[in-house]
Amino acid sequence: MLKIENLTATVGEAEEAKQIINGLTLEVPAGEVHAIMGPNGAGKSTLSYVLTGRSGYEVTGGSVTLNGEDILSMEPEERAAKGMFLSFQYPVEIPGVPVMTFVRTAMNSQRKLRGEDEISAPDFIKKSREIAKQLKLDAEMLKRPVNVGFSGGEKKRLEIYQMMMLEPNFLILDETDSGLDIDALKTVAEGVNAMRSPERGMLVITHYQRLLDYIKPDKVHVLSAGRIIKTGGADLAHRLEAEGYEGVVGEAV
Amino acid sequence: MDCCGGTDEHEDDCTEVTVKEGIDAKTVEAAKALESENYSAGFSTAIDMEFSPKGLSEDTIRFISAKKEEPEWLLEWRLAAYRRWLTMEEPTWAKVRYEPIDYQAYYYYAAPKSGAKYESIDDVPKEILETYEKLGIPLREAEVLLGVEGAAETAAAAREAPRVAVDAVFDSVSVATTFRKELEKAGVIFMSISEAVREHPELVKKYLGTVVPQSDNFFATLNSAVFSDGTFVYVPKGVRCPMELSTYFRMNAENTGQFERTLIVCDEGAYVSYLEGCTAPMRDENQLHAAVVELVALDDAEIKYSTVQNWWPGDEDGKGGIYNFVTKRGDCRGARSKISWTQVETGSAVTWKYPSCILRGDDSVGEFYSIAVTNGRQQADTGTKMIHLGKRTKSRILSKGISAGKSDNTYRGLVSINKRAEKARNFTQCDSLLIGGRCGAHTVPYVENRRADAQLEHEATTTKLSEDQLFYARQRGLGEEQAVALLVNGFVREVLQELPMEFAVEAQKLLEVSLEGSVG
Repeated sequence: MLKIENLTATVGEAEEAKQIINGLTLEVPAGEVHAIMGPNGAGKSTLSYVLTGRSGYEVTGGSVTLNGEDILSMEPEERAAKGMFLSFQYPVEIPGVPVMTFVRTAMNSQRKLRGEDEISAPDFIKKSREIAKQLKLDAEMLKRPVNVGFSGGEKKRLEIYQMMMLEPNFLILDETDSGLDIDALKTVAEGVNAMRSPERGMLVITHYQRLLDYIKPDKVHVLSAGRIIKTGGADLAHRLEAEGYEGVVGEAV
Repeated sequence: MDCCGGTDEHEDDCTEVTVKEGIDAKTVEAAKALESENYSAGFSTAIDMEFSPKGLSEDTIRFISAKKEEPEWLLEWRLAAYRRWLTMEEPTWAKVRYEPIDYQAYYYYAAPKSGAKYESIDDVPKEILETYEKLGIPLREAEVLLGVEGAAETAAAAREAPRVAVDAVFDSVSVATTFRKELEKAGVIFMSISEAVREHPELVKKYLGTVVPQSDNFFATLNSAVFSDGTFVYVPKGVRCPMELSTYFRMNAENTGQFERTLIVCDEGAYVSYLEGCTAPMRDENQLHAAVVELVALDDAEIKYSTVQNWWPGDEDGKGGIYNFVTKRGDCRGARSKISWTQVETGSAVTWKYPSCILRGDDSVGEFYSIAVTNGRQQADTGTKMIHLGKRTKSRILSKGISAGKSDNTYRGLVSINKRAEKARNFTQCDSLLIGGRCGAHTVPYVENRRADAQLEHEATTTKLSEDQLFYARQRGLGEEQAVALLVNGFVREVLQELPMEFAVEAQKLLEVSLEGSVG
């Protein structure tokens, strides 16, 4: 599924570019959920942006393939059409653009890039209604401009709503648990778990182990200074929680 | 974000939301359809034309007046304006720069040779009909019945698609006016101003120049001297005009100026919604457009005036394009009257335009909703004046400026509360959006207040099209231009909702096209 090999990447313009990703290698096979944990500044968010093609993040070496296809040469929207989805740590406000309009435009644009037909309005509305119900989202909220005036929890649930609507192949959840109370966390986790399937891969980026109690990872990787320094099973997350990053990072070094 | 609280409220009580959402989605396709031709109205029509002598003199004015078979009083009125104009100086206070205009290099009258007004639509030269067809303006009533392009976006919209009566002005003359018979039945007078001078001289004489006096300003005075054609509308007491009225202005001939004059009078308790659209061919020289629009609303009357202005803006290097120097003013003469201006300004090389309201009647209301887009080397200095004279008068200003390329976009507005205007209220919101790093946005709000009990609110924001928003949209699958279009549409949404439905679609298309290639 997703294969990252010896990836190096910088952030910032020319002279001031700083290398944040330092030879990162990682493989997430289809059907698996991998967690990436690490202290602040380890490069977690940078990795999510590099994978989705944000400008200002420059790949200086290595490769990333999704189902064997090189994605680094693709525009962000092309990667999206191939099924890459990023649930943002800080979802962005888009004044004046209602959620439904935004998602339908995105969905049809992806379909067009893939050479598929547009979704019909009734089909779209039906699907939206079902997913909103599942995520306990108020239908009125979907008529409001994207993320404008939403609480932290609402924003995160809206990310999951978009994910479920767009049905991506590969999911990156960047600090999805931050700003969520326990009930919202459960709802979000249920949504994510409903997306688990043998064809889908997932990368769950998180600072705390809490989210992983609800979204059980197949593997846990520890990211430090832009590299994976330790990989283990779900229990590694608990060890990190108990011993702290320093203990584990120290052990690896 | 403050501006969005307003959006939310607006949506909640706006039943049209679903329809408008439909428009958003269609926008992108519409833009795609126009992709190959940045300025689709840029063609010119080859037709035999009759011109006045080149340049400006009393003879030119006599020529125009004679062509139009005008009464003596009007010729005298024109000549008085001309003599006044000779003593005036071109204003320089606007934040626009352009080469000095040689007023002797223009033709002040240009008309298709076959005659000024055609008896029936079948007499209109084929070339002219084709011109309007190409622009998507149907002049045959049967076609109008099918609705203006884009009106039937949804089944629901198709059922409700309002009919639109059109007055088509080609250079200096009106060539066709549709639905006149039907409007007459309702008592509504809708004709070119030249015809109105002949057929309803008492009305024209009573109102012409009463809102924008002859000596008002340099360009308005020039217009008073040489005005060619434009539209006259009179809606009698208590009548709600049964359809949208519109005038479509087309500048075709080379080296001509267009100086239309529009006069709309709404008698007591009457209502009319009027729209003007404007296009011109791509030409290398700058062409002058100096129009005057006067609106009069008597007691309890309401006038809704919308503009979609798409004059040729000149090429990327700023060569050619229209100088759009326009004076538009509405007089809320009666108590509880209301005048509302909505403008979408995407064209012209230089725009100098301040549609204003004189709130004379007690409890009268003035509104100004504006979207001004500048790209390339366009310059726009536009805004409004709200002059509060009557008691409890209210005004609302909502301006959205979008600058891209190397353009300059200025909002200039005046809110004036006079001594007698007790408890007057104004709300002003000016938002500017910058696309790229080489354009400018400026906000110049003037306030004159002589009442302690006035309530004045002003909000202004300037934002750059954010990299965060662009990336967010692209991550979801939108292409870059599509993402810009969506963000811009969101930015101007509150104003678009003020436009009649079918024109909102048209306006969105224009926005897309005007901003093409503005990022990256």
